[in-house]
Amino acid sequence: MPMDESVRKAVLGAVPSLRAFAISLCGNVDRADDLVQETLLRALANIDSFQPGTNMSAWLFTILRNHFRSEYRKRRREIEDSEGHHAESLKSQPDQYGHVEFREFREALARLPSDQREALILVGASGFSYEEAAGICGCAVGTIKSRVNRARTRLAELLHVNSAEDFGPDETTRAVLASGGE
Amino acid sequence: MEATATRNKRVNKPAKLGRDVQARLGQQLRAMYDEVVNQGVPDRFSDLINRLDAGGKKDSQ
Repeated sequence: MPMDESVRKAVLGAVPSLRAFAISLCGNVDRADDLVQETLLRALANIDSFQPGTNMSAWLFTILRNHFRSEYRKRRREIEDSEGHHAESLKSQPDQYGHVEFREFREALARLPSDQREALILVGASGFSYEEAAGICGCAVGTIKSRVNRARTRLAELLHVNSAEDFGPDETTRAVLASGGE
Repeated sequence: MEATATRNKRVNKPAKLGRDVQARLGQQLRAMYDEVVNQGVPDRFSDLINRLDAGGKKDSQ
């Protein structure tokens, strides 16, 4: 179908964040990129159902998230959830993640239950409001808030941080400082 | 990994997270996420969108 220039721009503009979200969901760059590709194909085939003036990014995230839930989780049902599985798959492919500094954090993130992980990413990294995140996940705003809170608490436990000093001058802090200086 | 284990022998209290800890976790999360975002749009996806767009234009002519 012919693509409106503003639609085209909005879709392209959402791709980097869609990839980051997809990687955080499935823990594998190649699979994440397939997920993004399938999302784009679905979205553009159904572009008529996108309401102009609404948030294109949120619409694409919703498609990606639903597709991931229905396809990928089904496919992996037999090995999934043993909680550590996602984390194990990360450990076996450390090179896929670029900077090794984020490894500890990624592994902790990967150990969160998937509904908590996606809520935390949507609100804490993708920059969606609680309301938008609730729309994307198809749940109540209060549910998103409690998932985000539980995710933060669990992350702090997994990373053994009780106060800011616990971050210390270690690799985690250096990674934050280095990335903040760019 | 080993460093983390030895660094944190103190007992974890199930207390509410302080704002400073939340802020640090948030920074770390965004830094990790932005590392991917900053890679921009891989050719694979701009090519895909161009192809779909071109196909659509051809069809409509």
